[in-house]
Amino acid sequence: MAYAFAEQDFAPGAPAPLVASHASEKALLRFITCGSVDDGKSTLIGRMLLDARAIAEDQIAALDRDSKKFGTQNGALDFALLVDGLAAEREQGITIDVAYRYFRTDKRAFIVADTPGHEQYTRNMATGASTADLAILLIDARKGILPQTRRHAFIVSMLGVRDVALAINKMDLVDYSEARFNEIVAAFHDMARELNFRTVAPLPISALNGDNIAALSERTPWFLGEALLPLLENIETACAQDHEEPFRFPVQWVNRPDLDFRGFSGWVAAGAIRVGDEIVSLPSGKASRVHRIVTQDGDLDAALAGQSVTLTLADEIDASRGDVLVAAEKRPQVASQARARLLWTAETDMHPGASYIVKLGARTANATVADIHHLIDIHTFAPAAARPIRLNEIALATVRFDRPMIIGDYCDNRDLGGFILIDRITNETVAFGLIDRRPAQENEEASEGERAAARPQRPRSRLRPPARLASALFSGFCVGAGAVALGASPATGLLLGFADALLRPFARSVYADHRLNRANAAAPSEERLDSGGGI
Amino acid sequence: MIQLTHLQRLEAESIHIFREVAAECEKPVLLYSIGKDSAVLLHLAQKAFYPSRPPFPLLHVDTTWKFREMIEFRDRRAGELGLELLVHINEDGVNAGVNPFESGSRLHTDVMKTQGLKQALDRYGFDAAFGGARRDEEKSRAKERVFSLRSKEHRWDPKTQRPEPWRLYNTRKRPGESFRVFPLSNWTEADVWDYIAKENIPIPSLYFAKTRPVVRRDGALIMRDDERMALRPGEEVEHLSVRFRTLGCYPLTGAIESTAATLPDIIAEMRASKVSEREGRIIDHDGSASMEQKKQEGYF
Ligand SMILES: Nc1nc2c(ncn2[C@@H]2O[C@H](COP(=O)(O)OP(=O)(O)OP(=O)(O)O)[C@@H](O)[C@H]2O)c(=O)[nH]1
Ligand SMILES: [Mg+2]
Repeated sequence: MAYAFAEQDFAPGAPAPLVASHASEKALLRFITCGSVDDGKSTLIGRMLLDARAIAEDQIAALDRDSKKFGTQNGALDFALLVDGLAAEREQGITIDVAYRYFRTDKRAFIVADTPGHEQYTRNMATGASTADLAILLIDARKGILPQTRRHAFIVSMLGVRDVALAINKMDLVDYSEARFNEIVAAFHDMARELNFRTVAPLPISALNGDNIAALSERTPWFLGEALLPLLENIETACAQDHEEPFRFPVQWVNRPDLDFRGFSGWVAAGAIRVGDEIVSLPSGKASRVHRIVTQDGDLDAALAGQSVTLTLADEIDASRGDVLVAAEKRPQVASQARARLLWTAETDMHPGASYIVKLGARTANATVADIHHLIDIHTFAPAAARPIRLNEIALATVRFDRPMIIGDYCDNRDLGGFILIDRITNETVAFGLIDRRPAQENEEASEGERAAARPQRPRSRLRPPARLASALFSGFCVGAGAVALGASPATGLLLGFADALLRPFARSVYADHRLNRANAAAPSEERLDSGGGI
Repeated sequence: MIQLTHLQRLEAESIHIFREVAAECEKPVLLYSIGKDSAVLLHLAQKAFYPSRPPFPLLHVDTTWKFREMIEFRDRRAGELGLELLVHINEDGVNAGVNPFESGSRLHTDVMKTQGLKQALDRYGFDAAFGGARRDEEKSRAKERVFSLRSKEHRWDPKTQRPEPWRLYNTRKRPGESFRVFPLSNWTEADVWDYIAKENIPIPSLYFAKTRPVVRRDGALIMRDDERMALRPGEEVEHLSVRFRTLGCYPLTGAIESTAATLPDIIAEMRASKVSEREGRIIDHDGSASMEQKKQEGYF
């Protein structure tokens, strides 16, 4: 598919570049479409693929045939059929499972996951969202925010997506009304206050007619923002892999070709490692140094997050699949239980005390859901009384493991903070788990505590100034305390904490200004303060 | 901050998938179909386990209608790499005289490929089979998980796929069930070619343009690879400079007229192309849901 895109990459007669990434090119962007049933997600993706010239001629011919047969547009091109690839989807005109598509403009490469809006298939939507950097959340301009819009917004936020393009679709059916657009955008900001998005870029679009998708539309002269495709090309999202993080390396496979070689193969989940660096194997706590970083292309001096390598160590220490090699000076927690958000993905309810198989990183164990603290009410995002969790519901729970697990907060690292629960009889994946290591509310009953815990992510960006100060002091405190715990003197800890508390808000506000400026250009005037700013 | 390139990321992700299978499945096998995707798959398998050898054999389901050069290439590569190569032919199909000309592409593919594959997997008891399929190839493929669970009967049920968040793969299955695993899920055709060029991966010369004997049939250019292809009245063999964008059974694989004889030429031609890779595959044109149906029936 994705070859029709880039004739412009090549000057005629010039030798073709042999590597996909161009020096000037932005990092790959992974995004999803989400929102309620029939809001136009698949149509939008189909339209974007077409506009980005990522659809070959024979595929357009097939689309034309299919549109006449299954289309929802009276025989005119039904772009959704470019992505709704399963027979059952085409028959019913709905999306059932997530479709991954790949395309490239001359500025950027994209992986897009078109997710289903139907509540029954929420788990498939969450599958797509789990690896996304950005979400396009669609709303049908006639219908406004629906329960499923809220659910998707919450899940997207919970899974760590910080940037949202809020596409108010089917503007053609509301006469491209600015008032209607503003009304929905305002309602969304109201709803999303606690969802902690960094960017919310509202756009009035028609997926069907192509308004404000590849280029700005004349039918919405009042819209001052960027069209969708340029927005996707230009946006800087939170970098998923930060090499400044401490080194984390889940051992996937012990590499033992002969008696003389014992290597640990795996994926660098965070940080970087150099030959000679000191590491500790968890949970055993045995220390050693990296002797070699082995790849088939020759040994490396260093390896970074996102690389698959094989490490050999200077000492014969014991480590096997599921153990984690970590930076000696900054170790993650080894725990026999964790508080986590669970998104239930099975038809059968979950009951406290039930036992499951947990898979976290390369480690598998038995797990019991010991306590359900509360459920999330998807209409208000407020905590609701604990009871057995049902399909598509989200709850905060404590999960106990029958062996020590090496864990981290999901926000810091998805490899150490994300897990799945598996039913040992049906083998189904019954839940996504996201470890929540923000300081536990001692009293889970306290309403303020619950509210804080109910927020999908640590309260970083969308706080008002007083809360912002409190949060800065608090994270400063954590940095300081963390440093002390890791062996720094209390004075150093205090200093670090202080510096952090002082500098963090500053760094954020610089960044926020930048965002706000961009967002202001994009938002109608009454939205200025809320849209995308607020860091 | 140093950034990994696009290809480095894809490579690392594929290697991770290979290792998950090696660690969690009992008896994996790599479905080696000799084309460019298989070449990349094999290359990545070697990287994943280096300095060990890949801890699984290669399996080729031979329909007996592959290009002769593909078979030579297959045997040579397996020998060079010192890997165990299993070749399975559906003898029932051969004895029944199934062939692409008289039986039609659909029956031929079903019997010789799909049924052949199922026979081979059952015969050896493989519980995970790596395939080189990519999501960008076809619209039902775009829907498939990296770990695709198959029933005892090897059926794919696209409506009940397990959620697959992050890099976490649920590899549990009941006795008799198996996985098809697709390490190249997130690669595009362009990525595959870029990677072949970057890593210098050997591929059959059928991908490069050369003068070859072809016959125009049903709108496609079919290379007459051996005498089994009888000419229909009015048909004649032409000698044209052609190459193949994908490789399969020669009577079912359309050639494209081209003079692209080097990798950079091929890459440039592919990027400028306005038709998709599978256009030349006759088996894909049997109706718009045909790939999904074949997959449901056990095709990989
Ligand atoms: N008039 C109009 N119709 C649209 C627009 N976008 C989508 N539609 C129509 O809305 C219907 C639903 O579109 P889809 O793209 O299938 O919706 P979806 O959000 O992907 O639906 P699910 O995946 O099932 O949740 C189809 O009939 C589309 O043709 C639009 O901008 N204007
Ligand atoms: Mg859809």
